[in-house]
Amino acid sequence: MITAERKPLEELLGYIAPYSRILLLGCNECVTVCAAGGRKEVGLLASALKMAARKSGKELQIVEHTLERQCDPEYVEEVASMVAQADAVVSMACGCGVQQMAMRYAKPVFPALNTKFMGGSERQGVWDERCAGCGNCLLGVTGGICPIARCAKRLMNGPCGGSANGVCEITPDVPCAWHLIWERLEELGQTEDYLEIIPAKDWKTAQGGGPRKIIREDLAE
Amino acid sequence: MKTNSNLEKVLAAGHLAVTAECGPPRGAMPDKVRERAAFLEGVCDAVNVTDNQTAMVRMSSLSASVIIKQAGFGLNPLLQMVSRDRNRLSMQADILGAYSLGIDTMLCLSGDHTKFGDHPNAMNVHDLDSIQMLQMVKGMRDEGKFQGGQDIKGDPPKMFIGAAANPFAGPNVQVRAMRLAKKVRAGADFIQTQCIFNVDKFEQWMEIVRKMGLHKQTAILAGVTPIKSVGAARYMQKKVPGMDVPQEIVDRMAATPKEKQPEEGIKICVEMMERIKKIEGVSGFHIMAIEWEEKVAEICEKAGLLPRPQL
Repeated sequence: MITAERKPLEELLGYIAPYSRILLLGCNECVTVCAAGGRKEVGLLASALKMAARKSGKELQIVEHTLERQCDPEYVEEVASMVAQADAVVSMACGCGVQQMAMRYAKPVFPALNTKFMGGSERQGVWDERCAGCGNCLLGVTGGICPIARCAKRLMNGPCGGSANGVCEITPDVPCAWHLIWERLEELGQTEDYLEIIPAKDWKTAQGGGPRKIIREDLAE
Repeated sequence: MKTNSNLEKVLAAGHLAVTAECGPPRGAMPDKVRERAAFLEGVCDAVNVTDNQTAMVRMSSLSASVIIKQAGFGLNPLLQMVSRDRNRLSMQADILGAYSLGIDTMLCLSGDHTKFGDHPNAMNVHDLDSIQMLQMVKGMRDEGKFQGGQDIKGDPPKMFIGAAANPFAGPNVQVRAMRLAKKVRAGADFIQTQCIFNVDKFEQWMEIVRKMGLHKQTAILAGVTPIKSVGAARYMQKKVPGMDVPQEIVDRMAATPKEKQPEEGIKICVEMMERIKKIEGVSGFHIMAIEWEEKVAEICEKAGLLPRPQL
C-alpha cells in the first residue's frame, strides 16, 4: 500500500489561513489502512484545525467527507457540490488523490499528508518500505526481498562492507537487505544464485524514463 | 599486460605490491595535495586518491590525482570512484578524462552513505553498484565500448581496475568471499581489503578465497592501518560498521603510555604485516595511514618493503 503521515498542524494552518470554508477530504483506501487519512483521521484533524483557529479568533467551517477512492475520477466527481460550497480543499489522501482533486476542481487543494512510500505492515502500527516501483521487478532472483527499496545504497549484487550483525550501517533500525536476502536464499537452498551478477539496471522503467503511464488497450476508452 | 599501470607491472613481476592512501583537502589547496603526496614518494607503487571519502566534500579525486601525477614525485595516482555521487554518464566521462590525463589505475566503490557526511540531505545516486561499475570499466577497456553499447572513439581507456573487499562484514565470511568472486568475474584486476586488525578472521576468508581460486585471478592487497591512539582503536572498534578490532589490540594500546601510543600503533601494524605476508594468496599491502601519510615510509621500511621496484 501507499503509506503516509500527517503534516504538522502549523503547516496546514498556514495553507488555510486565507480561507474560512474548508472541505476536508479523506480517502478510504491505503491511507485509511495506515491510519493517516481515513474517516477517523478526518474527524480528528477537523477538530484540531477548528480548535486552533478558534484560539486565534477565527471561525472555521469544515465539511468532513471521506471518499471511497480519491485517485479515481468517478469518486472525485461525487464531491462537486461540496467543493462548490468551499473556499479550499484539504485532502487527506496520498499525493495521487490530492492531484486528482486539483486536476478536477478550480479550487485550491492542499495536502494534509506527506506521502511516504510503498510498504507493508511489519506489525501493528509499524510500516516499512518494500517496493520502489522500479517497473522491472527483481524479486524473482533476490529471494523475494527487494534490494532497490530496502538497501540504503540500492546495491544489486550483495551486501556492502557496512553490513554488520544483520543491520544496515545507516541505522540499527534498518535490517541489511542483503543479509535478509542471504537468509532467504539459504532457507530455499538457492545460495548459488547469489553468484549470478545482476547487470546494470535499466532505469527507463523507473523514474529515469520520465513520468510513467500504463495503457491497457483492452480496457481503455 | 592489460594496461600501462605501474601497479600491474609490479604485480606481474611477482613483487609484493604497496599502495597507500592520500585524501584530498576540503578546500582548493593544491599545495596541500602535493605536501601530503610528497611523504609517499618512493614508498608505494600507486597512491589511492579518495573520492569524497566519508561522504564529505573534498577536492575531486580526479583533480587531486592529476596534481599528484604532475607534482614530479614519480607517483602513480590510483583514482577512486564511488557510485554514490555519479551516474554512468558522469563516471564514463571522468574515466575518459582521467585516462587522457595519464591516469591508468582506478578503484570502483559504492561509497559511504551520505548520512555519514556533511551533506546528509543529498540524494545517493547509485545508478550502478560497484560490481556493475567494474563491468562498465572493463567493457570500456577490453571491448572499447561505452556501457550504453556504442563504440568509444580512438584508443579505449586502459584502466587497471580495482575493487574493495571487506572480509569482516556481514552476513558471514562465506558471503564475503562469494562477493569477492562476483567482483573478480565483473573485472577486478586487484582488490584492496578493508583494514585488517583481526588476522585470524582474514585468514579464514583467505582460505575460502583460495579454495575458490580467486587469488589466482585477482591480486589481493591486504589493507592495514596504523592506529594512532587508544581512542582511535576504540572508535574503530565501536563506531565504524564492518570494522573488526579485537579487544587485545585495544588493551595493548590502553596499556601503553599516551606519548608512546603512536609508536606502538606502528609496531602493531608492522607485526600484522609480517603475519599477513605469510598468508598464501596475498599479493601486497594497501596502507591506509589516514591523516598520517608521513608514517607510511617508516611502516614500509620496517616491513621490509623498501626500496620499491622501478619497472
